[in-house]
Amino acid sequence: MEIKKGIAVSPGISIGKCLVIDAEDYRIPRRLIEPSQRLTETQRVRNAFKDGIEELTRLQAEQEEIEGQKIKDIFAVHLSYLRDRTLRKKITDMVNTELVTAEFAVSRTLRDIASHFTKVKDVYISERAADIYDIEHRLLGHLVGGKRQDIAALKEEAVIVARELSPTQTASFNKEYVKGIATGAGGRTSHTAIVARSLGIPAVVALEDITESVNAGDTVIIDGNRGIVIVNPDDNTIQQYLEYAVEYTELEHRLDTIREKPAETRDGARVTLFGNIEFPDEAQGVLQKGGEGIGLYRTEFLYLNRDTEPTEQEHYEAYSQTVKVFKSRPVILRTADLGADKYTQSRRYVREPNPFLGLRSIRLCLQNLTMFKTQLHAIMRASVLGDLKIMFPLITNLQELMQAKMVLGDVMEDLDEEGIPYNRKIKVGIMVETPSAALTASMLARDADFFSIGTNDLTQYTLAVDRGNELVSTLYSSVDPAVLRLIRTVIQDAHKAQVETSVCGEMASEPESVMLLLGLGVRTLSMASPMIPEIKQIIRSVTIEECNKVARKVLGMNSERQISSFLRDAARKILPEAF
Amino acid sequence: MWTGDTVQNTVCELEVEIKNADGLHMRPAMQFVDAASKFQALITVSKAETSVDGKSIMQMSMLAATYGTRLKIKAEGVDAAEAIEALRELVEVTKFGEPTPEEKSRQMS
Repeated sequence: MEIKKGIAVSPGISIGKCLVIDAEDYRIPRRLIEPSQRLTETQRVRNAFKDGIEELTRLQAEQEEIEGQKIKDIFAVHLSYLRDRTLRKKITDMVNTELVTAEFAVSRTLRDIASHFTKVKDVYISERAADIYDIEHRLLGHLVGGKRQDIAALKEEAVIVARELSPTQTASFNKEYVKGIATGAGGRTSHTAIVARSLGIPAVVALEDITESVNAGDTVIIDGNRGIVIVNPDDNTIQQYLEYAVEYTELEHRLDTIREKPAETRDGARVTLFGNIEFPDEAQGVLQKGGEGIGLYRTEFLYLNRDTEPTEQEHYEAYSQTVKVFKSRPVILRTADLGADKYTQSRRYVREPNPFLGLRSIRLCLQNLTMFKTQLHAIMRASVLGDLKIMFPLITNLQELMQAKMVLGDVMEDLDEEGIPYNRKIKVGIMVETPSAALTASMLARDADFFSIGTNDLTQYTLAVDRGNELVSTLYSSVDPAVLRLIRTVIQDAHKAQVETSVCGEMASEPESVMLLLGLGVRTLSMASPMIPEIKQIIRSVTIEECNKVARKVLGMNSERQISSFLRDAARKILPEAF
Repeated sequence: MWTGDTVQNTVCELEVEIKNADGLHMRPAMQFVDAASKFQALITVSKAETSVDGKSIMQMSMLAATYGTRLKIKAEGVDAAEAIEALRELVEVTKFGEPTPEEKSRQMS
């Protein structure tokens, strides 16, 4: 049994046999043979080559009538490789000297050749690695009898373990068979995470070398609530998890029934629950989970994973698609929050010694006005389609807000000249996610239509802790007394200035923090859509009176540890199944 | 060891330059191997200090000889001279039936 810790990105529990997918679709474990098996294994290698040659010759003959020299060349090259005696000898030598299976020797030898190609600087030659993988697959296909592992062809339930999944792989998922996902790479906002959430498949990412720890067919437990993956669990653990899974499913069903009910406390205080999204495709999922709008629409995905900056039209299409789903309900769109850990292609090589304190987010936009204006132009064009609001990230002082609004003013003038309609009264708000913004909330409130407290960055900047750095990550806590005092300041100042305030950081989706936030005066929470039902359930189980009491108590406490355990106890009384 | 049998053991060497734009990728490597395999002579191809078997597509393609790379071809055997000439023609004259960079850019425009 091996327990691996990663990041939980899509809730739920699944237990199943695993299907391992490498970046190249395949994984062959290094298995040793007895010296007496050498002859059999080398003969298997020779047979695989022979079968491969036969198969290719047949395919080539079938292609004879087809036009297309390129395809014929590919077959010819592959044949030529299979006829290469030095290649075959390299593989049989490996079997003989290292005492490994035919599969492993084939896979390792060809992957070594492929990686040699990928290192060549010439693009044309480096792309030939794909041919080598293809040859590897063909040989392995003959060795293992065509049991090639393919998600699309999945015919029985499985959990997927992969280093990383490509968008086409995730798109081809059949939810009926794919019961869980565990990947080595990725983060909360990775493509895998997003697709898993929208399909409702339990998923854990950032498991590092997970593909090295499992073999196809191993039993794997994926705990998408705690971010744990257990490889080859013992019977006891399986039993525990089976019970936990049943409890969790019951909870989910119960939560489903409250989807249509309002997020209202027992004493009648109405709370608004929004969803956070990154891709337009996620919008529907927010509605399905009972979200009343979008509290945080992250727009960085448009810039990432591509060579060129998105065009105005590409921005527009994404935004209009999202706004249309929500019709008259609010969609709060955050302008590009690039820099620090999220670089655009063109800026990737600009190294900063301290990127989180560097040119990121609104600062980056204000120094790249063409890029910024392109986005604002598209937002304004989409503003007539529904209730779209603009939110500027990482504002640290009033001047930045004024500057950003001036740029928006320029864009509006351009639109006037172009005769393009837009919402002249669009609401413009800011993320409060730096201590400086929190401390000057009363000043910023005069020029902002709304605030959204981004607790992730606010915590990081207040406590001077990078939570991604495992050496100090235990110091990171959104319920640290310092962070809570800042949140209270923002809410009080916003109340005085009658500026609407929501919380859109992860804290908003943590069951144990909900009572505290309500007690501090928050009435709008925005979170990943799968969390909405659970948070609503908590809201419907409490009174504002109780929440106020919790907040008062917590603000009197002087240690983070004391606060966390108090909050956990309080929440456990309300929704015991979630803990 | 020198046997005096000069006819049987002709050794020919020649330096050639890759002239087609895409270099010695898979298909040209295959053509080279096919051409070399027609001869009895032992064919060795060297790029800088790496020497490979000119009759192995794996080894030839792993040379990753891009445009402008100079390769030394060495043939040992009765038909060494003919082999060298055939291979030179393939690399430098017919250029594997592929365009040079200039021809390629002309095709593109």
